[in-house]
Amino acid sequence: MSNLYISMLMKACILIFTLLLFAFLSCQNQHVEPAVQFYVPKNFPKPVYDLSKNPVTTAGFELGKALFYDGILSRDGSISCGSCHQQQSAFTQHGHDLSHGIDDLLTLRNSLPIQNLAWQQEFFWDGGVFDLDLFAISPIEAHNEMDETLPNVLNKLRNHARYPGMFEKAFGTKEITTERFLKALAQFQLMCISANSKYDKYIRNEGVTLSQEELAGMQIFKQKCATCHAGELFSDFSYRNNGLPIGNPEDTGRERITLSEQDKYKFRVPSLRNVEATRPYMHDGRLRSLEAVLDHYEKGIVQSPTLDSQLRNGIPLSADEKQKIIAFLKTLTDEEFMSNKLLSEF
Amino acid sequence: MNSKHSFIAILLLVVTAFLGCTKAQVEPEIDSNRKGTIVLNFDNIAGTRDLKFGENYTNAAGEQFSLDMFQYYISNIKLKTEDGREYIVPQDESYFLVKEQDVKSQLITLNNVPEGNYNSITFTIGVDSLRNTMDVSKRIGVLDVGNAEMGKGMYWSWNSGYIFVKAEGISPQVAPGPDGQRKFRYHIGGFGGYSSRTINNIKTKTLDLGRDRAKVRQGKAPEVHIVVDVLKMFSGTTAISLATYPTVMFSPFSVNVANNYVNMFEYHHVHNENESK
Repeated sequence: MSNLYISMLMKACILIFTLLLFAFLSCQNQHVEPAVQFYVPKNFPKPVYDLSKNPVTTAGFELGKALFYDGILSRDGSISCGSCHQQQSAFTQHGHDLSHGIDDLLTLRNSLPIQNLAWQQEFFWDGGVFDLDLFAISPIEAHNEMDETLPNVLNKLRNHARYPGMFEKAFGTKEITTERFLKALAQFQLMCISANSKYDKYIRNEGVTLSQEELAGMQIFKQKCATCHAGELFSDFSYRNNGLPIGNPEDTGRERITLSEQDKYKFRVPSLRNVEATRPYMHDGRLRSLEAVLDHYEKGIVQSPTLDSQLRNGIPLSADEKQKIIAFLKTLTDEEFMSNKLLSEF
Repeated sequence: MNSKHSFIAILLLVVTAFLGCTKAQVEPEIDSNRKGTIVLNFDNIAGTRDLKFGENYTNAAGEQFSLDMFQYYISNIKLKTEDGREYIVPQDESYFLVKEQDVKSQLITLNNVPEGNYNSITFTIGVDSLRNTMDVSKRIGVLDVGNAEMGKGMYWSWNSGYIFVKAEGISPQVAPGPDGQRKFRYHIGGFGGYSSRTINNIKTKTLDLGRDRAKVRQGKAPEVHIVVDVLKMFSGTTAISLATYPTVMFSPFSVNVANNYVNMFEYHHVHNENESK
């Protein structure tokens, strides 16, 4: 073997070694994002959403998030899901009684928060949609929300520079179908889990204590509110007429879905998680503060044929009790959720 | 022609005839293991006239009207032979949307149908409740809300469910809307409700071919003509006035429209000579 040959071999070895070292170092340096994974908080029940039909993946979530914050879903590009569902107010539209859509048109109701949707079977204040996957079609096609058609949205995405590649990452091919589009959006929404409030940390014994006032408020809440605002989701997800004076007579609530006289003016019992951040309150956003809500239950109940039987005589509440309940309700505020970078637009 | 040649010719004829006979004996005329095709042709009419968008017709209430939209779902098709054998079209392939403006959509072609003399056709007008609640992966073809071919607006997104029959048009008897148009809109659906019971407008229709038979054979594609008389939407069990009910969508009254339109489908005739493509 000639010297020349040996020296060449050595040079090659050194080169390979250097390359390997470089590759190793670059790996070390690379900031590895943790994989996005759906989880069930320890104090939560079993989810009702069937995750086996749409397992959450990092790429699927990232696609869903991009879609959620993209005005491409609306007719003129002006409205995204995030327009009416803003993270800093637990994905509601802050400061509006009725939510605003395209061309600043008013919608029928106050937008509901996007949180813990894996634990919810029916959507909207009237429960008209029964599958999270099917939800997004409604705001896209509503004339006063995004005023677009789903086939159009899919075509815009197909001709977009970035989306076909994102669909490929998420689902294996560049093909953009209704199912993939809706399931990606669902993946983002499924990850909007709010379970890190002061209350959650207290109930899970994570070294957090509630004040005397908050604890007293929790006791009163359990006695007087938890029949409807039940369990760890703080709702039994039933539809009830809570004695509000009729606002818009056209909006008959659950009756629009069941066509049953008995369901007139019934609306879904909303979860109270992050209630402090989701002002204003009620299906049409007519009440501006938690104090006003409790005043309504104490002395504002209007009798009507479909009024909830629990509310016939209102809920007796002293000023002191109301204050304590509100102190407790504020422990349901989940700042981590509302500032979680994983879920935010930028 | 000499006699030798004519002898050969006769022999050939006899042999051919004989072979033909034996063949008929070996292979029965109908073998349900062999498959053919059947075509259902939905022919929209208005009374005695062919239906055309923009033409004027008169309903039972004496109101003039013209249509600019008429489409409906046909699903869950079942065929029955004269000897009682039933063929059910596989579930996933049994959804069709018939659109007046799309001639192709009016021809429902069913392949892989066992040979037989069929004299009964059953189908659902609309979409069954199970499919209305299925995972989005099962909503393909004409059930795909993101498919432009589906026909715009055959789905209620705010109240999850398919619209079964949709008819829209103009009538001088209808009061003008905010846009000055005298429009009537009939969007009929309702599969019974997801968690609470509500109206169910799913209708099943059986058409009896009487003495006729749709003779499904390998290589043949009999075409069954079904006439669909839109006038019957507004008459029958309930006489419906467009002026009184210009808009019927998801409402208790829609039940009357569905009870009417179940009778708009009628068997007309069959062509048995068509070859399959």
